[in-house]
Amino acid sequence: MDLFTPLEIEAIWLSLKVSIWAMFWSLPIALGTAWILARYNFRGKFLVDGIIHLPLVLPPVVIGYVLLVLMGKQGVIGQFLYDVFGVTLAFSWRGAAVAAGIMAFPLIVRAIRLSFEAVDQRLEAAARTLGAKPVSVFLSVTLPLTMPGIVNGSILGFARCLGEFGATITFVSNIPGETRTLPIALYGFSQVPGGEEAAFRIVVISIIIALLALAGSEILARRIRVRLGGSS
Amino acid sequence: MISITVQKQLGTLKIDAKFESQTRGIVALFGQSGSGKTSIINMIAGLLEPDCGHIEIDGRVLYSSETGTNLKIENRRIGYVFQESRLFPHMTVHKNLEYGRKRTSSDDHKVKYEQVIGVLGIVHLLNQKPTTLSGGEQQRVALGRALLANPDILLMDEPLASLDDARKSEILPFIEMIRNSFDIPIIYVSHALDEIIRLADTLVLIENGEIAAVGPVEELTSRLDLRRLTGRYDAGSVISMTIDAHDEEYGLTKLSFVGGMLRVPRISAEPGSTVRVRIKARDVSLAVQKPEGISQINILHGTITEIGNTRSDHDATTPHDIDICVDIGVPLWVRITRWSLDHLDLSVGKEVYALIKSTSIDRQSVGQQPRNMEKPL
Repeated sequence: MDLFTPLEIEAIWLSLKVSIWAMFWSLPIALGTAWILARYNFRGKFLVDGIIHLPLVLPPVVIGYVLLVLMGKQGVIGQFLYDVFGVTLAFSWRGAAVAAGIMAFPLIVRAIRLSFEAVDQRLEAAARTLGAKPVSVFLSVTLPLTMPGIVNGSILGFARCLGEFGATITFVSNIPGETRTLPIALYGFSQVPGGEEAAFRIVVISIIIALLALAGSEILARRIRVRLGGSS
Repeated sequence: MISITVQKQLGTLKIDAKFESQTRGIVALFGQSGSGKTSIINMIAGLLEPDCGHIEIDGRVLYSSETGTNLKIENRRIGYVFQESRLFPHMTVHKNLEYGRKRTSSDDHKVKYEQVIGVLGIVHLLNQKPTTLSGGEQQRVALGRALLANPDILLMDEPLASLDDARKSEILPFIEMIRNSFDIPIIYVSHALDEIIRLADTLVLIENGEIAAVGPVEELTSRLDLRRLTGRYDAGSVISMTIDAHDEEYGLTKLSFVGGMLRVPRISAEPGSTVRVRIKARDVSLAVQKPEGISQINILHGTITEIGNTRSDHDATTPHDIDICVDIGVPLWVRITRWSLDHLDLSVGKEVYALIKSTSIDRQSVGQQPRNMEKPL
């Protein structure tokens, strides 16, 4: 007897794929955004900050619907992507990765921004006097000292991606093998009579994945703390 | 040679400073906090841009508003030792020391790694993280890190200010050693006169962003008109002396200078080397006849050349004491009560004997000078 049903394996695999790709595109952009928000003052900063935080305060369905309008086949962005790259986002796992990334974005930015703000800029000045160019200072001093925030933000973001439901189902619907991630599969089972057992199994799987992720992040965070010279 | 001219408006403080130094060794910027000392060296380092001016180190122009030159911080070849050590917490001591060194071309490595870690006594710390080090050890590593970047000039911004007295006296000899062992000029910012007297060769007095005086430490600290800047309570004379011999039986050192001879508690320096001794005015007493049967073993003959104001500059009340300058070959400042002044009938031109208690000259008042410096190690 197999441990998981093919449907469960498919959903687990899809959830991980969507979340990893979501992090893959959103993390670098979040890093840049956090840097700008932490280090620069400009007109309209308040507005930018507000827009970034929208996914955190809006109902996810709203985000999903906006994505559908903008990135669907008929949408402005969707049409452009299809014409130029031949990529469709709506009703595909790629769309799910976009939706998950957008929902996770504010959490990642917040964590990394706080960490950037906590870096002692006097250390960066010291690095400059020792002959390091600004890019070198960023890579050798700022980034390593921001690591705890980046790890923290990545974990929060990844967890948020795994759990993404509202925006995803609105934007890319529930398509087996394409967009049926764990939460969506669970929702599906809860809607059919006699689906309780299958639903319960997905609950357990979700808890196991969450615990594994937490344990992994704790080990990583401890390693970084030791590397940064604090006590473990 | 160092040539600095900078102007900068910082809030209400206008910095307008111009000074030069021909010599190697330590140039000290001395002034009260808020007088603009740190801003001046930050402008040399490039951390702060002057409104206008000219900064030149050994013929290399770092900044000139006239030609539009403004070298980037990383291209200025300066070593900066900050008040806090500013070590990189995620790197070992070794990585910290290597940080500036690996960013300079190896042809410029006139400072040797082994020599620096030897002189600073940090060999046993190389694999540790900065957070595990004591404050004094951290500052030693910071000194080494700045040195190993092979700078044309070392800037030190109150490197001892965040340390307690015990740690201070732990670090001071290392700064002396850096001055003596490496051929790199140092600009040293401080508001502690004892550090400056011990370390500096040239003193730049700063008041409200402007240069009040520039000159040898001995001269400026003896000038009455600069007392309000150099401090009244600690007023005294700084005199260069040569070590004659050590008296091991009594634990004393015999020093000779143009004005005669002085016995002080044992100094750890070789006979023949030059030291700078600070004698506080309040530790000297005067006699009109040569005293005998007295415990003070330093008795120096001289003539009164100047008697200070009987009225204080700052308030209308008449002070109880007064500063008198006695020429014993070099100027020596003496602080006595006005009662003594009147009762001994002292006046300019009168011959007197100055009495200095040996034990009043502690090790903090003696700075070792690199005058007869041998070749750098």
